[in-house]
Amino acid sequence: MCTTCGCGSGQTRIEGEHEHVHTHVHADGTMHSHPHAPGQGDEGHDHVHAEHHHLHGHEHLHEHVHADGTRHAHAHDHAPGPDHDHAHGEMHGHAHVHSDGTRHAHAHDHAQGPGHDHELAHHHGDGPAHSHAPGLTPAQMVRIERDILGANNEIAARNRRRFEDAGIFALNLVSSPGAGKTTLLVETIRALGPDVPLAVIEGDQQTSFDADRIRATGARAIQVNTGKGCHLDAAQVERALAALAPADESVLFIENVGNLVCPSAFDLGEAMKVVVLSVTEGEDKPLKYPDMFAASSLLLLNKVDLLPHVAFDVKRAIDYARRVRPGIEVLQVSATTGAGMAAWLDWLRAGAARARERRQQTVTALRRRIAELEAQVARPR
Amino acid sequence: MHEMSLAEGVLGVVQDAARAHQPCTVRTVRLEIGALAAVECEALRFAFEVVKRGSVAEGALLDIIHVPGSAWCMPCSRSVAIAERGDPCPECGSWQLQVTGGDQMRVRELELVEE
Repeated sequence: MCTTCGCGSGQTRIEGEHEHVHTHVHADGTMHSHPHAPGQGDEGHDHVHAEHHHLHGHEHLHEHVHADGTRHAHAHDHAPGPDHDHAHGEMHGHAHVHSDGTRHAHAHDHAQGPGHDHELAHHHGDGPAHSHAPGLTPAQMVRIERDILGANNEIAARNRRRFEDAGIFALNLVSSPGAGKTTLLVETIRALGPDVPLAVIEGDQQTSFDADRIRATGARAIQVNTGKGCHLDAAQVERALAALAPADESVLFIENVGNLVCPSAFDLGEAMKVVVLSVTEGEDKPLKYPDMFAASSLLLLNKVDLLPHVAFDVKRAIDYARRVRPGIEVLQVSATTGAGMAAWLDWLRAGAARARERRQQTVTALRRRIAELEAQVARPR
Repeated sequence: MHEMSLAEGVLGVVQDAARAHQPCTVRTVRLEIGALAAVECEALRFAFEVVKRGSVAEGALLDIIHVPGSAWCMPCSRSVAIAERGDPCPECGSWQLQVTGGDQMRVRELELVEE
């Protein structure tokens, strides 16, 4: 426990939830201030710096990690003094390990000036917790608790904000290869294109065949080739967006790489995922590839014109999909005959209208707020 | 094969965290992988062996903590254990389940050795 404030330090943490600063004055007049970032548990440490051969007008940061995992950071602010002999506009750090296993690392940022000898010039005298015994390098556990896909998710959140700000209804279309995503898109664009602005990001390992097919309809499309990658990720979509610049209040289709496994894990920033399952595949796919169906909000059962020719149990497929995602919506379509397309187009129009309304509400709310602030500024004081 | 992307994600997290403790090497990388996270752990181990080369985690061991799947069963109004997505409630047989745990993939902690 800290003798100055009584705060405890416990588990390792990288960022303190509660931090406070307190200042010590050392025997030699050096001032010393620490921000404390205690965790749970109150076995902390005491430090009494009886002697501190450090008299210089610079600030540096100390960070210790104790053998018990306690971590502790100090910002030292030394008052200027006669010993001030080190200063060379560069940053350096060094680490000590204390005899009790406490580890102590300093990053020094020196101002300009003559050289210095620092390795030995720093003694935490005979304070109870700070006797140095160099040579030990205990392993330390550093708690991180970070999502493996955190970097992707951050970019996805950025994409999503961009879509929301622009009133864009973005859909991530996923399926196995050959389920008919591109044909469905081509027919969708033909039917919807005149009323609603549309753009497409096409993901495939290789070739621009799909983007070419989309562009042949007159819609804007950009191809992303993932090379060895089996899915699109949020960064690829962000880059594609920069090149594609979809119109405000448009519908953006992101046609993912044909793969019923990997794309389920990668958020692209879409409003929702739409999984396309064709009746030429097995009706048990929702159970074989549950993650994709669990991640999707809408199941488009495609190629229903072929139902008379194949042994595909529609009811069972829908039951299976609802086992992994109880609330999943289902639409049955045929892109080639146009059967069921009207319901799909209505579904898209409704989604586009929601995105547009949400944007307009935001714009209205912001305008109102600006007007309020302007009124406040204009008011005589 | 998205395990390669995941391994790169793990390495990115490790490198970020280790940067604050330089110079150091990473001895252990401890992950939490949920049973419902769609991660093939052996593939992830293999991919990590490949991506860690030449990095601060070159000598690191991957320690994977498996977290069991859990879900909220709506008919039972309680939390139940499930082994995979698409499993029914072990109590009532219903599929009206909302996954509540075991879908995470996180880097929990690192063991660092300062140099």
